[in-house]
Amino acid sequence: MLEIKNLHAQVNGKKILNGINLSVRKGEIHAIMGPNGSGKSTLSSVLVGNPAFVVTEGHVVYEGKNLLELSPEDRSREGIFLSFQYPVEIPGVSMVNFMRAAVNEHRKYKGLEPVPATDFLKLMREKRSIVELDNKLAGRSVNEGFSGGEKKRNEIFQMAMLEPKLAILDETDSGLDIDALRIVAGGVNKLKTNENATIVITHYQRLLEYIKPDVVHVLYKGRIIKTAGPELALELEEKGYDWLKTED
Amino acid sequence: MQDSNQIINEVTSGDYKYGFVTDIAMEVIHKGLNEDIIRLISVKKKEPAWLLEFRLKAYRYWLTLEMPDWAHLKIPLINYQDISYYAAPKTKNTPKSLDEIDPELLKTFDKLGIPLEERKHLTGMAVDAVMDSVSVKTTFKEVLSEKGIIFSSFSEAVQHHPDLVQEYMGSVVSYRDNFFAALNSAVFSDGSFVYIPKGVHCPMELSTYFRINAANTGQFERTLIVADDESYVSYLEGCTAPMRDENQLHAAIVEIVAKEQAEVKYSTVQNWYPGDKEGKGGIYNFVTKRGLCKGKNSKISWTQVETGSAITWKYPSCILAGDNSAGEFYSVAVTNNYQQADTGTKMTHLGRNTKSLIVSKGISAGFSQNSYRGLVKISPKATGARNHSQCDSLLLSATCGAHTFPYADVRNETAIIEHEATTSKISEEQLFYCNQRGISTEEAVGLIVNGYAKEVMNKLPMEFAVEAQKLLTISLEGSVG
Repeated sequence: MLEIKNLHAQVNGKKILNGINLSVRKGEIHAIMGPNGSGKSTLSSVLVGNPAFVVTEGHVVYEGKNLLELSPEDRSREGIFLSFQYPVEIPGVSMVNFMRAAVNEHRKYKGLEPVPATDFLKLMREKRSIVELDNKLAGRSVNEGFSGGEKKRNEIFQMAMLEPKLAILDETDSGLDIDALRIVAGGVNKLKTNENATIVITHYQRLLEYIKPDVVHVLYKGRIIKTAGPELALELEEKGYDWLKTED
Repeated sequence: MQDSNQIINEVTSGDYKYGFVTDIAMEVIHKGLNEDIIRLISVKKKEPAWLLEFRLKAYRYWLTLEMPDWAHLKIPLINYQDISYYAAPKTKNTPKSLDEIDPELLKTFDKLGIPLEERKHLTGMAVDAVMDSVSVKTTFKEVLSEKGIIFSSFSEAVQHHPDLVQEYMGSVVSYRDNFFAALNSAVFSDGSFVYIPKGVHCPMELSTYFRINAANTGQFERTLIVADDESYVSYLEGCTAPMRDENQLHAAIVEIVAKEQAEVKYSTVQNWYPGDKEGKGGIYNFVTKRGLCKGKNSKISWTQVETGSAITWKYPSCILAGDNSAGEFYSVAVTNNYQQADTGTKMTHLGRNTKSLIVSKGISAGFSQNSYRGLVKISPKATGARNHSQCDSLLLSATCGAHTFPYADVRNETAIIEHEATTSKISEEQLFYCNQRGISTEEAVGLIVNGYAKEVMNKLPMEFAVEAQKLLTISLEGSVG
């Protein structure tokens, strides 16, 4: 599904990624772990086409297409979803209008008609229950006045609405208490099928107790320095990252 | 976002949907402004002597005035002798039925989305269609007259209801009010007249659609709305003009009188041709709009969505004379490219316990300049007066300007007035967040702008709201990079 080869990227002239190689197949969950500043969030930003990040070298092939040539909105319409570490507030734009615009853009891309209003509201009701958001959600402005936990649940709600092929969860566990973490992780697990894939970016092992990865990678100084099975996460929890840094 | 310049070019080049010209035989009087021209207009309109006198007095007063220069606008010199003050589609007589109206005219209004055949109306809206200097057709007149409502062109009202016109014309906006009001009073050609009798709730939206078609002419229309005791009317105004390289002048007057317990809602979607992306051409829109809350418990509410015109100079205002009367002003003003707008309101509190509310939302893009100018005046007798003003500015480019000029003149210590103001920008983070959900930058701007303007848009009648939302989006397409 996703093939990253020798990916180099920089932001504000500063090199952050220094040759990432990563291969994700459908049905898989990959965890990307690493200390602060190792390039985890840069990797997710580059994959979704954030214009602040510049790719200087390398290739990314997604579903047979050259991902780096696609606009951010087309990457979304092709099925790539990012759960933002810091979801953005958009005052005045209600969740229902925002999601309807998003869903209908996705449908238009596939050559489908817009969803009728009643069906859409039904769909919203169904999907928000996955992350236990209440019926006030539709009328609230996008992320405005949401608590930290609500923002993250709202990200997973949007993921449920858009049914991505590849979901990237960027530090989705940060700032969550244990109940919110359980709800968010539960939502992600419900959305998991054999046809889609997930990349979980996290600093801590905690989230991986709920979302079980097939593969764990350690990112350090912009490169993947170790790849192993789920047991690696536990080892990292126990030993920290320092023992790996010495191998560098 | 790296393609933003390209997008701007694509979108702003062919944007204005109403820029076509109707090819129709027009009667246009020669350019120039003097007493003979005014007499000629008056003769053409078969006016009574008192009206000609009114025009001449206004003209003579206008000659003593200079164009106002206090607004935050750069207004090029206007040669008032280089304009034709009367242009009308040629017809033999006043058409009695649609069959007698030139099909080209009907087509024009159809194209503008304003069908003049009553059967095409699903929404229950009566329309007075004005092309250049004359009213083409007023629909649903008969239905309305059963309730005693008068809805006609201004010219017809002068013929059929001269007493009403004479009593109220100039009673809210005197010809001595300002430069453009004096000019309009001298040369006005047509417009709409509305009278709602006592106790009548007008059953449909009344609407005037103003269209400039002829070149080198100005449009100077007057609208007069009189709502008698305990009556209600909602009135809409729409405007468009062809795309032309030269500027055209539009100087209108709107007067509203609301008597005891009466309520008048006046909504405008102003979409005059704004000029091209280099700032060439466009309408100069100098309009005096004022409502008088004459009776106790009366209410006048202005809602305007201003997206058009090269220059807008417009302050729909309320004089709150009746005790417990209320005035409202809801405005969205959008400027893009090289447009300039200086718009706002004046709320003059004269009666006791009078209330006013001002909600102004400015949206500026490109190289445009967008100013809110407002005055809240509390007179010594206006005990218990209240005002709340909210003025927000949204900036979409680094090269545009947004300005707020709020004035307060309070002469009664019981008054409570509040003023809130905010300035915001659409951030790249917001746009990228939308992009990541599959929403293009263009559409994201539309969503955010409509969300920002929602409080005002919600005040528009349903039939207009949808159009106005689209208009906001179109006016700003390509404006964010």
